[in-house]
Amino acid sequence: MTKQRPEHATPEARAAALEGALTDQGLIPDGLLESAIEMATEEWSPRNGARVVARAWCDPAYRSRLLSDATAACNELGYAGLQGEYIVALEDTPERHNVIVCTQCSCTAWPVLGLPPDWYKSPQYRARVVREPRKVLRQLGLELDPAVAIRVWETSAETRYMVLPLRPAGTSDWSEEALATLVTRESLIGTAIPDLGTGPNANV
Amino acid sequence: MDGIHDLGGMAGFGPVDQEQNEPVFHEPWQATTFALLMATLGSLQSANADEYRHSIERMDPAHYLRAHYYERMLTGVATLLVEKGVVERTDLEQRAGAAFPLSNPVAEDPMADLAPQPKARFAIGDRVRVRDIHPSGHTRAPRFVRGKTGIVLHVAPAFSFPDASAHAGALRQEHTYHVEFPSRALWSDAGADNESVVVDLWDSYLEASEA
Repeated sequence: MTKQRPEHATPEARAAALEGALTDQGLIPDGLLESAIEMATEEWSPRNGARVVARAWCDPAYRSRLLSDATAACNELGYAGLQGEYIVALEDTPERHNVIVCTQCSCTAWPVLGLPPDWYKSPQYRARVVREPRKVLRQLGLELDPAVAIRVWETSAETRYMVLPLRPAGTSDWSEEALATLVTRESLIGTAIPDLGTGPNANV
Repeated sequence: MDGIHDLGGMAGFGPVDQEQNEPVFHEPWQATTFALLMATLGSLQSANADEYRHSIERMDPAHYLRAHYYERMLTGVATLLVEKGVVERTDLEQRAGAAFPLSNPVAEDPMADLAPQPKARFAIGDRVRVRDIHPSGHTRAPRFVRGKTGIVLHVAPAFSFPDASAHAGALRQEHTYHVEFPSRALWSDAGADNESVVVDLWDSYLEASEA
């Protein structure tokens, strides 16, 4: 997808140049870059959001706390931090489906969704999902009943969203841990719904 | 600014290309770039998140669309650090061995004339219209809702007003509102009956709407 202009240095060379220029001036504290990368690859993950959803499916009191103050409810499970300062959970119902986008950049609730995937950051998704969500969802493999309303949530300010999807039928005897394996990053964004064919979570 | 980044509703883009089992970073330079952003906003204290977003919005539009997400991040971060005198472009280009594209400069008089709104003026259920503003600097009122009317679903806490904080303006805190716009109100015949878009908007962007 990235086409390099021949006169530009490659992004790889440019990133190395910037890192070198800052390091040579002593502006990067030891271990800072490594710890940022570790946060992004190890700590922030859709597995966290999946645990939040599974807890809400199993524990009505937690569900109610999640819907009234998702920031606190995520924090209860240890998920907080950058881009998680004000989280709102969006409750799917049989009548209404929720889906998240950031049309102007790519804001996401990092602590519970992880850094967003490339498709979420693509011009295609950002341009289209606010205008033709049903078509975009269908293209991504989610065919909703035409009677189900769609709410698209544009992350234009500081609220960070996560979708609380419907618990799949046929899981009444499942453990919370097993339920969490059904919840993918895509179902936390709203471009997929958890079903017995989605687990275990492939996007971690 | 009415820039290339403000993509909501634009036509002509093809299918969304979804990669299965996508890694967090595809290449090491992407991870380095993300970490350099964290350093720039964190320990270096060289910029805030609104300045950072605007540094990407100021990219050459053709470069913006061609660039991968992390190349846009790299261009924005490098632009800020050059503009603030932390690094020099000539040094970066010498180290990189070729041209290091940066974003265009900040426009003069970048802010729309919007009076500060320190108190929440709206409540759940209120009808509000988005002001039809076209500032030359940073704003988070997407083009596709300007001039449109919607209903307040939720009042969020006060946050720093980005149009000011992106331009070292006087810091001001304002509530944001989750405002629901019916699809037909945004896209007319191209919309649909049972679809809507909820946009998170700062108080200054809004005015009361009677009907």
